[in-house]
Amino acid sequence: MTPMVDTFAVILIFLLLTSQMRSPEPANVDMPFSISEKPTPDFNAMTFLLSPDGKVFMNFDNGPDTLLKFRPKILAQMGKRYGIEFTEKQLREFEKFPSSMGVPILQMKEFLDSEDAATRKTLQTGIPMDSTDNQLAMWIQFTRTVNPNIQAIIKGDTKTEFPVVKKVLDILQELNVKRFSLFTNLEAAKINLEEIQQ
Amino acid sequence: MAEIIQEEKGGGGKKRAKKILPHMDMTPMVDLMMLLITFFMLTTSLSKSKVMDITLPDKITDPNQEAPKISASRTLNILLGPENKIYWYPGAVKPEDYNNLPPLKETDFSATGIRQLLLERNRALFKKIDDFNQQVISGKIVISQDSVQGAIRQLKNVDDTGPIVLIKAYKKANYGNFVDILDEMNICGIARYTFVDIAWYEEKMVEMATAASPVATSAN
Repeated sequence: MTPMVDTFAVILIFLLLTSQMRSPEPANVDMPFSISEKPTPDFNAMTFLLSPDGKVFMNFDNGPDTLLKFRPKILAQMGKRYGIEFTEKQLREFEKFPSSMGVPILQMKEFLDSEDAATRKTLQTGIPMDSTDNQLAMWIQFTRTVNPNIQAIIKGDTKTEFPVVKKVLDILQELNVKRFSLFTNLEAAKINLEEIQQ
Repeated sequence: MAEIIQEEKGGGGKKRAKKILPHMDMTPMVDLMMLLITFFMLTTSLSKSKVMDITLPDKITDPNQEAPKISASRTLNILLGPENKIYWYPGAVKPEDYNNLPPLKETDFSATGIRQLLLERNRALFKKIDDFNQQVISGKIVISQDSVQGAIRQLKNVDDTGPIVLIKAYKKANYGNFVDILDEMNICGIARYTFVDIAWYEEKMVEMATAASPVATSAN
């Protein structure tokens, strides 16, 4: 019995140390593969989640130190821009929200006040990015003013239609975000030079 | 000698007086651990996903400003088409030639498709990078892991034979194609590539090529 208990304890400790919690995303994405070995940054990252049905979600972190509270600051600025006053409780709720959000700013209050996950899911309709009401550009702008060191990362599904990607790329380019990263899974590629030369 | 034997005897006597250890039931603990392990295995992700960097060119906002000139002989245009197809043509096409557009060549994302095409054109640089990597692995060049990437970047910067790849995406392409083609650039060690908007005449070229291909397959 004792060796078995020991093995279990070792596995348990290993899992505790090497893994991180998987936060539930509003849309399941099947990421493409690449040979890049650069690890995902732990903080100072804003992620754009492009779902296969063309919705855009956004996520950003609280900064290298959670006491910096970047998330509520960004939401407060965003609220000010659209004339919405968020309560202390709503800001705290937004700070804690772990996954990407895709809520139009006018529904944000309702989203933060609702308790159950099902209501929240129905409110996640994607961030609007029409030329008349480009909320995504506003989010990016405020995120970058609050946290100038932030890095943009795009997380797209393999089947996301290109015009959606193009729109996000255009918005980023217009706001002078020219260097950014794409989320991928690691996959090895081998090249046999002799084979190619034949 | 006699003294030693006596000591051994004394030790033997102690063993006989050993107490019986209290027995503990481990089963609940094992159950709990199994439960925790299962929980962690299901809720966490072990491998962290990776990121791939990309830099976009500046957007030209001033209409008087012209796009940077590149030599047409080195230019390779890659158009991402529908259904995971890749179309390509070398050189440049002027918008004035819209009645006489050059035909697009079709290829795919396999190792014998686009990769072969890129490697053929980029062989000199790819060989340099490959040789350098081999020398690092075999220990002929002693260099720190951090400066390997810098040295490869230096090799790419001085290169003036490889192709200049312009990647353009047709509206029916998907995000997977986009990442795959950028990945292919990294695999083949292409020094100069960028992602640009597709021009209207290039869209027309893709439409002509996609319209032509089903006829060709039905003829077979």
